[in-house]
Amino acid sequence: MARMKFVCDSERCIECNGCVTACKNENEVPWGVNRRRVVTLNDGLPGEKSISVACMHCSDAPCMAVCPVQCFYRTDEGVVLHDKDVCIGCGYCSYACPFGAPQFPSQGTFGARGKMDKCTFCAGGPEANGSEAEFEKYGRNRLAEGKLPACAEMCSTKALLAGDGDVVADIFRTRVVHRGTGAEVWGWGTAYGSQQAGTPPTGGTK
Amino acid sequence: MKRAVVMLVALASGAMLLAACSEKPQTNAEGVKHDAVPWSGTGTQANTGTAFTAPGWKVGDKTAWEQQIKTRSNGQNEYTREN
Repeated sequence: MARMKFVCDSERCIECNGCVTACKNENEVPWGVNRRRVVTLNDGLPGEKSISVACMHCSDAPCMAVCPVQCFYRTDEGVVLHDKDVCIGCGYCSYACPFGAPQFPSQGTFGARGKMDKCTFCAGGPEANGSEAEFEKYGRNRLAEGKLPACAEMCSTKALLAGDGDVVADIFRTRVVHRGTGAEVWGWGTAYGSQQAGTPPTGGTK
Repeated sequence: MKRAVVMLVALASGAMLLAACSEKPQTNAEGVKHDAVPWSGTGTQANTGTAFTAPGWKVGDKTAWEQQIKTRSNGQNEYTREN
């Protein structure tokens, strides 16, 4: 079974924001909500790096752990999704997420915070696949069309890789071997670290 | 007799008023809905695709979908495409 993962190769990202545009266009995300964004580290300094950040669909997702109404679920493919009919827009997931992925639309009355919105790995949501309701709430379901997320498929330098974890890790490994540098994968350890859900910490003492 | 009727109406009105003060149930009756499997396609009927479905795999076939995703993922590797 495929386990979907994102990898962003900071050696290749040129901060073009093509991924951001592709995401907004594909899912028709409203103003003020950025499911994906490009972050520049050490901006303006020699050796600055850019990375594309969105929900990483963590193996042990902290958003799932803190949600008071348990609106999150994980698919068999490892994609972390949520049910907007259950979400109360409390924002706890926003505080818990190490990547700042949860977004909240604020077009309601008096700018009231709406239900949480985040990257779905272009896997839609808990409505009928490809339905109007699914598109309105969660965006396009590209996985069910046999495609990968639009952000990664649109990336001009292939800095952003998406797909089966084993495959994207192999691709990244090949690159590192060829160029001999840039083996650090930003966020990979945080999102898919060896510490899996429910596994007690090893080697530590109380 | 008239007094009894008035009392009855008053009691009924009181009960109705108090009923409005009761708390509505807040349980999630339906529960969290879960997504359909991705290899079931995006067509209106189960296991069918649309014009947007990528060619090269049979909708409804899990193995075919997994192979399609693997092939598509490998398409991101220019080392295998160019060399």
